[in-house]
Amino acid sequence: MLVQHLSPLASSLFSLLAIVSLFLSFVMLGSRWLKNYLYAFAAESWTIAALSAAVGYYGSYPELYLIAILTVLFRGVLLPYLIWRIIRRLEVDREIHEILQPSSGLVIGALFVMFALAVSYRVAAEFHLELTVAVLALTVMLSMKLIGFLMLAVRHEAISQVLGLLVLENGIFLGSQILVPGMPLLIELVILFDLLIIVACFGVLVGYLLTHVGTTSTLDLKRLVG
Amino acid sequence: MMIGTLLLALSIAPLAALIGCLFVHRPRFCETINLIAAAVSFACALPIPFLIDGHAILYWGDYVIIDRAAAWVVLCTSIVYFLASIYSVGYMRMLAEDERLYRFYALFAGFALTTLVGPLMNSVGIYWIAIELTTLVSTFLVAFERVAESMEAAWKYIMVVSAGISLALLGTILFYWNGTFVLGPTYQMTWSVLSTAAPKMNPVLLILAFLLVLVGYGTKVGLAPMHSWLPDAHSESPAPVSAMLSGALLNTAMIGIVRFLGITRAANLGDLPQLVLVAFGAFSLFIGALFIVRQQGIKRLMAYSSIEHMGVVALGFGFGGALGVAGALYHMLNHSLNKSLMFFGAGNMMRAYGTKEILEITGVNRFFPTQGALWLAGAIAITGAPPFGLFLSEFTIMRAGLKPSYSWAVYVMAVLLIVIFVGFMNHFRSMYYGETTPEAAPVRTRLSAWCAVPMWLSFAPLLVLGLWWPAGVWTYLTSIAQSLSPGVP
Repeated sequence: MLVQHLSPLASSLFSLLAIVSLFLSFVMLGSRWLKNYLYAFAAESWTIAALSAAVGYYGSYPELYLIAILTVLFRGVLLPYLIWRIIRRLEVDREIHEILQPSSGLVIGALFVMFALAVSYRVAAEFHLELTVAVLALTVMLSMKLIGFLMLAVRHEAISQVLGLLVLENGIFLGSQILVPGMPLLIELVILFDLLIIVACFGVLVGYLLTHVGTTSTLDLKRLVG
Repeated sequence: MMIGTLLLALSIAPLAALIGCLFVHRPRFCETINLIAAAVSFACALPIPFLIDGHAILYWGDYVIIDRAAAWVVLCTSIVYFLASIYSVGYMRMLAEDERLYRFYALFAGFALTTLVGPLMNSVGIYWIAIELTTLVSTFLVAFERVAESMEAAWKYIMVVSAGISLALLGTILFYWNGTFVLGPTYQMTWSVLSTAAPKMNPVLLILAFLLVLVGYGTKVGLAPMHSWLPDAHSESPAPVSAMLSGALLNTAMIGIVRFLGITRAANLGDLPQLVLVAFGAFSLFIGALFIVRQQGIKRLMAYSSIEHMGVVALGFGFGGALGVAGALYHMLNHSLNKSLMFFGAGNMMRAYGTKEILEITGVNRFFPTQGALWLAGAIAITGAPPFGLFLSEFTIMRAGLKPSYSWAVYVMAVLLIVIFVGFMNHFRSMYYGETTPEAAPVRTRLSAWCAVPMWLSFAPLLVLGLWWPAGVWTYLTSIAQSLSPGVP
């Protein structure tokens, strides 16, 4: 296990990067503007790439450098660019239909982090890893998951939902770099490509929604009930 | 080696159809090549269960696994693919979308390809990717008709299922992490490796990971309360796609849950994983029953019936034992056949009357005596009445549950099945014998043979399987029960 024998420097570097990513997802949760939302996502992806590289360096997993480069390329540059193009084409720049004020969203997000911490601590205690970075990695992984679901639930602009989905996956990426850096490379590569396909699909679908339903707010999707 | 060749042919056929449709856009060519591919897939999938013995066989660098369970699910999928391909020839011509038809058939073949290879994946991570790919391909099939309703359904489908399935990915990673404490930081995560390592894994993390995986793949299976995408996607897609979604895709995702359940069985985690599966199954039946009774859309009725039947299958696997697992697998086959029949009939009536509303479809038996009778027989079968296959499999599952810890679920199941029978038959009564008004006459009284033949083709085996459960099939299915839950009598 990598996390059991880390130098203090590496451990604090990993913690710093994990906390920065968690902070960036709070930035997303607290913002109304789609552009800010997108920039925060891009920054989060760059942070995760930096984390991959750091894990690759300290744990001597050279293949993680490749993952880091691909993460920057796909999740840090290409995906934000594709979404930016969709945003420009749709001419929506903010969430109009808010179910939840961003400030209340932040409070609920904080509660989620506490819950995630409790779960992670319980799991880490099973392996006697309470004092390592594993607790933090697990906490960030679970809380980004919960925050992503919160975003899906309270945001109704189609683009925000796509970004919420990407936050869900970012959380998994981040956690898996620290917890299971040795996981076979193939899977991670395919997941990266898979994401690209997803966003391409979403691009097409959002276009369809606009032309055939006439809106990109999912609040208006209520023909099918019962 | 024979099986390897069959598997290769089985997956190359839809791939060839996919490529063919992309290059040649002529509609008649596309429907023919897709039909041929479906026939080849079916012909290749049919002998595999006869050829395979009790051991799993691995191919191509251990990435492909074929065991009896996978062979069974692939057989169900290929049957539905074949029937739906025949049906889509007739159905898609009624839509008059000839210039976009090549896209439909390309996506249809691609959907069949991903659904066929999903259960064959030996690596747990790649299985996840295969399931994700089925979603991506089928989203565009759901959206094919390009009206506001199908757009809405497609959006809900991809959002709900992608979000749900990301939970399955989290669970998969936690399984891997748990394995690293036993097997070291890097190992190939296959089903058998996880099963072997499971007894030494940490039970707390194992249960957490299993629950995440169950909720994740359960979203794809359509277990309530994660079912919300299912009625929309199944009702708004073209009828052959509805049949594929219901009869093929749900089984492919279910087999993943079953394999993970096998891993928890190997770890001796007690009854909790099975109990959770039983609870999801019973709740799906409950939701299905509620919405079937009050349903107004004909295809939504069939969709809620799919939720109900996936609940029954989940109950079977949850009860476990030879009876439960064999009953659930038999139910998968019967449901695939029967739900294809029901969706084909619903598609025909929808096109004939030009509406999806049950109340506006009246006098079916007067305008369509033969096909109406066939569809009615299918409706009797789908509610689990004798003498059809679903009666046998549901009865077997109930017998499996008759042990002290699960008997409550059997009573719930029995009551809900009766409610569903009454509700379903009431809708059919109004469609067949309800009061007819002159303006409610069908806009189209002649349906092509392409639309009728697959209904007969699915009805005949359904009746045979209800009257006669071959002894060979019974031993085949019970041996799957043995291999999925080792050490259980």
